[in-house]
Amino acid sequence: MKSFIKYLRRTLQSDAQADRVVPPSGFTAQLTLFAAGAMAFLAVFSLALSLAAGRLAERWGDELARSATIRIAAPADQQQAQTEAALRILETTRGVAQSRALTDEEQSALLAPWFGSGLALDALPVPRLIEVIETSERMDAAGLRLRLAAEVPGAVLDDHSRWRAPLVKAASRLRMLGWASIILIGAVTAAMVTLAANAALAANAQLIAVLRLVGATDDYIAHAFIRRFTLRALIGAAVGMVVGMVAVLVMPRGGDETASFLTGLGFQGSHWLLPLLIPPLAAAVAFVATRVAARRTLEGLS
Amino acid sequence: MIELENVAYSYSGGELLSDISLKLAPGSFHFLTGPSGSGKTTLMKLCYGALLPTAGHVRLFDTDVRALTRDDVALLRRRVGVVHQDCQFLDHLSVTENIALPLNVSGRNAEAAGEDLDDLMHWVGLTERANALPAELSGGERQRAALARAVIMSPDVVLADEPTGNVDWEMSQRLLRLLIELNRMGKTVLIATHDLSLIRATKAHVQARVLRIANRRIQLAGADL
Repeated sequence: MKSFIKYLRRTLQSDAQADRVVPPSGFTAQLTLFAAGAMAFLAVFSLALSLAAGRLAERWGDELARSATIRIAAPADQQQAQTEAALRILETTRGVAQSRALTDEEQSALLAPWFGSGLALDALPVPRLIEVIETSERMDAAGLRLRLAAEVPGAVLDDHSRWRAPLVKAASRLRMLGWASIILIGAVTAAMVTLAANAALAANAQLIAVLRLVGATDDYIAHAFIRRFTLRALIGAAVGMVVGMVAVLVMPRGGDETASFLTGLGFQGSHWLLPLLIPPLAAAVAFVATRVAARRTLEGLS
Repeated sequence: MIELENVAYSYSGGELLSDISLKLAPGSFHFLTGPSGSGKTTLMKLCYGALLPTAGHVRLFDTDVRALTRDDVALLRRRVGVVHQDCQFLDHLSVTENIALPLNVSGRNAEAAGEDLDDLMHWVGLTERANALPAELSGGERQRAALARAVIMSPDVVLADEPTGNVDWEMSQRLLRLLIELNRMGKTVLIATHDLSLIRATKAHVQARVLRIANRRIQLAGADL
């Protein structure tokens, strides 16, 4: 590891004379800069997507896991009594932080998207809802169901697990897709740099022959190309990263909860520092890709 | 210094050199002659490790080239100055930068060697052309620049492949004087040429051994020169 770091430092150290040996080549320089910039830009978005999906999965998992609903579907004359019985049970249930029956106004508000705002709950056999907030210890849902079945026949406990699982799973998958995209972006960057390095090496076969004639080692020749491509990738990725971060920064914020995923696509807190890793990683990818390409070409030219 | 022992070299088309034995002793002066296509350039390349023999042994400074890695060959090449007929410069570098290239690749600072470099430029008569690009040089100037590049590391051996092939008589005499001067400094010199008048002109100044490649083999040339 120590020797690799030494090698890396030696390669990236500026050497004005050695830098002049390889002529500045047009299209491979532009290709590397553009590819690194575009890939860094995409990597910023993939990172933002991955982190946002992670936050969403965490929030959904956490919020939904810590809340449950009890629905009291009983004849109108028994609904109040069963609601109070359910609340009493909840008071003595371990893992329940608080519980309360929703008011008529709150239930009307929940139904408003489907029935309009002027709904008279008295005219409909609407079940009463009890909101249950759990402690971090979590309650025993199966045990509570048994108690409710024995004492409150009209009560149905919904701990949200039925629809929570696919949501959390989808968010986790989205996060994984984000990371997979970042890996693919790295691989494409490596492929593009390899192509550009191969083209540059092939175009400079005569130069390599002259360098060998005057006693240049493979290391010297490879360094001349590696340093150039590594710096190009670093510069291109830095520009792409800055543009990507600005694009993320100017994305609209806020909105209601249904739009929170789209409007929450971005970085929060220390996560703003993560994109700063993209340029050095792009440079590392370019370093390895050019080194492999140079070694292979020099082997072939021997 | 450089020794070839029963060396053969074959291209895909057939055998070009066969049973070649040659020893370049320190401070010696050799001419290698023969018709075009006889294998002079191939033999030169064998002498500095650019080609490996298909049979026999080539020893550079007492080491068999087969035992050397590419980097070993590169390091040994710093002790062998090579001048090609086509010179082989880096076209985007100035004459001075091209001449200083061996210093650069060996990790020596060309600026620190400034005075030596100036002396060398003066010796080959290119002081005025220091900042010119290779494409701006005449044939003779290119050959002198190539010679300067070949000797800047103060090599033990100088190999020159048709160094006067593209220059007029006067310039070829000037180049020859430089090579003779190098030999007097103790360098081993091997010149491949088909120009017999060049060989005759040299023999008046230095004791040179003339080798001729004929029918894939090497032989000492004698009185016919």
